[in-house]
Amino acid sequence: MADTLIRSNATAPLASVTQNAGPSLLLRGLRKAYVDVVAVDGIDLEVARGECFGLLGPNGAGKTTTIEICEGLTEPDSGTVELLGLNWRTGAAELRQRIGVQLQETQFPDKSTVSETLRLFRSFFHRGISVDESIKTAQLEEKRNSRIGGLSGGQKQRLAMACALVGDPELLFLDEPTTGLDPQARRHLWDLVDELKKAGRTIILTTHYMDEAERLCDRVAIMDHGKIIALGTPQQLIASIGGEHIVEFAISGEIDPALLTAIPGIQSHRVDAGLHQLSVSHLHTAVPQIFAALTAQELHLSEFRTHSATLEDVFVGLTGRNLRDE
Amino acid sequence: MSNLESSYDTSSLFQLTVTRFRLFLREPEAIFWTFVFPIILAVGLGLAFRNRPADVLQVGATSAHLTQALNSDKGLTASTMDEASGGKALDTGAILLLAIQKGDSVVYRYDDTNPDARTARLLADHAIQSSAGRHEAVRAENLLVHEKGSRYIDFVVPGLLGMNLMGPAIWGLGFAIVEARQKKLLKRLVASPMPKWQFLASFILSRLVMLSVEVVVFLGFAALAFGVPFRGSLWQLAFLCVLISLSFSALGLLTASRAKTMEAANGLMNLVMLPMWILSGVFFSATRFPAIIQPFVRALPLTAAIDTLRGNMLQGMNLGQLITPIAILLAWLVIPFAISLKIFRWR
Repeated sequence: MADTLIRSNATAPLASVTQNAGPSLLLRGLRKAYVDVVAVDGIDLEVARGECFGLLGPNGAGKTTTIEICEGLTEPDSGTVELLGLNWRTGAAELRQRIGVQLQETQFPDKSTVSETLRLFRSFFHRGISVDESIKTAQLEEKRNSRIGGLSGGQKQRLAMACALVGDPELLFLDEPTTGLDPQARRHLWDLVDELKKAGRTIILTTHYMDEAERLCDRVAIMDHGKIIALGTPQQLIASIGGEHIVEFAISGEIDPALLTAIPGIQSHRVDAGLHQLSVSHLHTAVPQIFAALTAQELHLSEFRTHSATLEDVFVGLTGRNLRDE
Repeated sequence: MSNLESSYDTSSLFQLTVTRFRLFLREPEAIFWTFVFPIILAVGLGLAFRNRPADVLQVGATSAHLTQALNSDKGLTASTMDEASGGKALDTGAILLLAIQKGDSVVYRYDDTNPDARTARLLADHAIQSSAGRHEAVRAENLLVHEKGSRYIDFVVPGLLGMNLMGPAIWGLGFAIVEARQKKLLKRLVASPMPKWQFLASFILSRLVMLSVEVVVFLGFAALAFGVPFRGSLWQLAFLCVLISLSFSALGLLTASRAKTMEAANGLMNLVMLPMWILSGVFFSATRFPAIIQPFVRALPLTAAIDTLRGNMLQGMNLGQLITPIAILLAWLVIPFAISLKIFRWR
């Protein structure tokens, strides 16, 4: 009875259960320590259905541990994990059927072909899309009969994505989907995620690329040292640092920071490796005054540039470190 | 038809097993080691140990008189040499024995740890004493045996079969599992709804299918080329092959249950198999080892495997008569399997 019910949904692109109320993912007081490090240090999180949510942070921030706890691959020391209203202790078998997972650095057998691999993964799911459909979604039509050993990095990553999609999951986990890919392959994968978002799937992804999080995610949690240090839409997070523009310059000598922060429209100042960084809200009035202040001090400018604030600047503002430093 | 196909197509156990097959068949080296190597080995051993007329032994003597006496025996070829060059010939293995004339008596110089040299000593003494006029007290005649089933090739084929059941089971399972672990494929599979038992079952199923091909090819060759006898029931022989293969698969699973790198797995597998290659009586009888290590030798799965195979093929024993080695094999099946299920590392 239940079986026929599930099977009747098989042709629909997304199961109707998606419309149920309640968050797709709920984390409360999540904690996980390894021998030498606390990987996850008290995380609370809610992800709504249909949302594309990003865990952003430097390597070692605890993103992968967090996502693997969500995927039921790692047991947390304490805290609760709820996915689609189920938990791993009592609902593991059902959850495995309803989520899709793409892990970091999975290597599928080199001597299998794309379609063979997808047929294998499709066989694990009671319901889902056809192998052909998954190949089409991942745009691997030309490679369907190629061995995996001959695929490019981007194609392998799209295959991993297709393996995560064959079960037509309600909730999709992508762990660093574009790490190690060239810019073109990254954009290709972003387009693929865009398509999945449009289909209304809930997606949770980790990344250490700011531009990726900004481009793809409805909401972002910035993680550092196992904690969430900021949470919101990319726009909210960028607005939270005060100025929507960043001014960076290098000068020949020293300048008293107070002279700079006294200029109206300058929200903050920091120096990183000789480069002064100012967070600025009104670029057109602030920049002439910065030049004036530097000239008054008889300092020579060797570098000067401005850009719109990004999540990178949010991370720098919160931690004083660059995301890519670690 | 299409219904049948699609239900096969969506069975995860079938897909997993087919995947194992494909990956095996796309590995040319694996095919060589599994199918070709055992036959090459059997041919080589068959040639080396083929039945030929008993060897003629090379000996030396210090006088023409002795040389003549020695040459009167069909089993000996003697030549005359002085004591110094005879010593050199002994050292280089050109002769096995030097007969030295000392007045009326004779001195034999030879290495008594070399069985051929001991034979030469017996033949030489007999020839010299006879030529000096000794007569046999009892009249004796020889009846020579070259019967099939008692030759070296008959002895070694069940040994090779046992070895060939061990290697692919342990290597095949071990390397494939550790490689999948190292490449994080295991972790990806457990993140999917794949039933874990099916993953292990797919290895066993594919092994059993390949096993039937290997065994038929190897034994068929041994029967046609060497006339190796099959004195026991063929069904019981098939049962024994399956049991042996399952036991070694369990052992392979155990060696692969935690190793994270191919190097570690390779070391472990060699550690497991090396004592058996040496001690389990593939090429010579395991009873030759000292009594003190016999209990250990007997308890090894390959010893038990070869005992059952020789018992069946050469002595025509039935399963009841082979109950002890079968019990040992069953223990090697159940215990490592239970342990590996407990300690298996999926990621």
